[in-house]
Amino acid sequence: MTRFETAFAKGPALVCFITGGDGDTAANLDALVAGGADVIELGMPFTDPMADGPAIQEANLRSLAKGTTTADIFRLASDFRSRHPNVPLVLMGYANPMTVRGPEWFARECAKAGVDGVICVDIPSEEDASLGPALRAQGVSLIRLATPTTDANRLPKVLEGSSGFLYYVSVAGITGMQQAAQGAIEEAVARLKASADIPIAVGFGVRTPDQAAAIARVADGVVVGSAFVDIIKQHGDAAPAALQDYTAALAQAVHAAR
Amino acid sequence: MTAQPPVNSLRSYPDATGHFGQFGGRYVAETLMPLILDLEKEYRAAKQDPAFQAQFDDLLKTFVGRPSPLYPAPRITEHFRGLAPEGKGPKIYFKREDLNHTGAHKINNCVGQILLAIRMGKTRIIAETGAGQHGVATATVAARFGLPCTIFMGAKDVERQAPNVFRMKLLGAEVRPVTSGAETLKDAMNEALRHWVANVHDTFYIIGTAAGPHPYPELVRDFQSVIGNETREQMLEAEGRLPDMLVAAVGGGSNAIGMFHPFLDDPDVVMVGIEAGGHGIESGQHAASLTGGRPGILHGNKTYLLQDDDGQITEAHSISAGLDYPGLGPEHSWLHETGRVRYVPITDNQALEAFQLCCALEGIIPALESAHALAALPQLTAELDKERILVVNVSGRGDKDIFTVAEALGVKL
Ligand SMILES: Cc1ncc(COP(=O)(O)O)c(C=O)c1O
Repeated sequence: MTRFETAFAKGPALVCFITGGDGDTAANLDALVAGGADVIELGMPFTDPMADGPAIQEANLRSLAKGTTTADIFRLASDFRSRHPNVPLVLMGYANPMTVRGPEWFARECAKAGVDGVICVDIPSEEDASLGPALRAQGVSLIRLATPTTDANRLPKVLEGSSGFLYYVSVAGITGMQQAAQGAIEEAVARLKASADIPIAVGFGVRTPDQAAAIARVADGVVVGSAFVDIIKQHGDAAPAALQDYTAALAQAVHAAR
Repeated sequence: MTAQPPVNSLRSYPDATGHFGQFGGRYVAETLMPLILDLEKEYRAAKQDPAFQAQFDDLLKTFVGRPSPLYPAPRITEHFRGLAPEGKGPKIYFKREDLNHTGAHKINNCVGQILLAIRMGKTRIIAETGAGQHGVATATVAARFGLPCTIFMGAKDVERQAPNVFRMKLLGAEVRPVTSGAETLKDAMNEALRHWVANVHDTFYIIGTAAGPHPYPELVRDFQSVIGNETREQMLEAEGRLPDMLVAAVGGGSNAIGMFHPFLDDPDVVMVGIEAGGHGIESGQHAASLTGGRPGILHGNKTYLLQDDDGQITEAHSISAGLDYPGLGPEHSWLHETGRVRYVPITDNQALEAFQLCCALEGIIPALESAHALAALPQLTAELDKERILVVNVSGRGDKDIFTVAEALGVKL
């Protein structure tokens, strides 16, 4: 079983996102795991995070202002892997930092660092050649996004070549804004489940344990990001304790949902 | 908007997947993909529809004021002939895009895109702008067709370009200052994309240059090709032959590709694109993506970008706000790599000098962007025989730039 399969086999999974290099990332990652995170998404900072709302935009800029490099991100990843051998780790980011040294280089570094999967916001299935083959050759999952605009015609294309899980972006919009209506999420998850044989995780706009629990009743995973990024901004170096508490509340809600 | 070119033609790109060689493509979030595919389908249909073409042509004529003149510039010609080695110094023509309604070539594209928006049933318009030229042109067509319009503009640019901000407001547009990043054009484009993702159902994004995800580079180029098509016809009428060299400034690349594209399959026509060299390539403060950048992926397309080793985008610098962008359209990246078009950087100071020379010798105040193209003349006229013909695309007028130029020259207004 892959780490993803193990993580999603236990019931609904809590997927936690933070931006690499924003705050004490190693300590923050440990806090997420201690709080009960089932899957970690580590954001690779980029100067132009087009799909992100103000919270994660600012986290990207804070990280870059501190001089975070791609090498730093891989160091964070491989150190995480040594400390947490069983928790799936996903790198999430944008095409240019992932492909600038060639997709093969990036895929090799992911494999070396023990990264399980990659989410690239701005490489849709149409441009798969820019990253997908290199990742698959290294056994790293390409996790694609499906959105409210992904219709039945497109869905097979989105699923083709993707693995690990399918990330359903529940609102047509950017991170950290409004949440989709629960009814719309349920309908979408049912539609996706009919076609996908990989787990469906739902994210964008999920902040509270109540929201997370409602989603976990129908989906295989719930992704929370901006709420954590806000905590890191607010608490700075003291973030780990607050992160762990908040993660625990979310994890309990998600794990008890079904 | 021209007849289908022959196979093996340099004019048959992009390919079916929106690529120019390795460049171009559709690097957008999944949310936008269905819309981008829809836009492509709708554009293909519009291209085949004589009624669409007729409406476009009619608006260019009656609203924009086309055709724009092809003007033989006698004193500039004499000036450079005097400086050039014996027997050199071609005859210089200006393609007068500065005489268009709103003062630049930008309006050609906006007319085309708003007709597409209406065809697709979209009811709101958004656009990004740097200096405000594209914002003004977009607000203009939105007013003309009665569609609400929001313009995203970096907060720094809002401050620097107050007259254009007021113009947009007069035209009924909402100007939204963008406070993320460096608060300039690149950030305005990010913000426009963010807004678009959240409003795809009713909103059409009028991109201002021949860049972005496929099919934008293609359709902007096609709408701007009226520049080259007219030039070709006007030159045949004036001189009975094609020009020997075409020169145009390259920001995102729309005025240049509009001038060049109709001539790409004429091997004897040499083309030179002028990039903004800012304070000089060595200074690191420039906007010359081809001369000083590397291929990468940003804003929906793969193209040459200013970036660091990790692929972080670096800030561009140019005295000309319309050239102040760390990338350019993918077709230029491809024409650069194939060698069909030559790209040359020009510094802020060279552009300022050419700006003044053009005012003094021809009675034409060029846009600072266009002044970059004019500033390549000392170099290019020295290469070309006197019997040759060179055309400079004067992409816009410089009224918008007088404050910047005054400041650079130390003049208090
Ligand atoms: C007059 C003029 N020329 C050129 C440009 C550069 O754009 P492009 O390279 O798309 O023609 C601009 C952009 O604002 C402009 O206003």
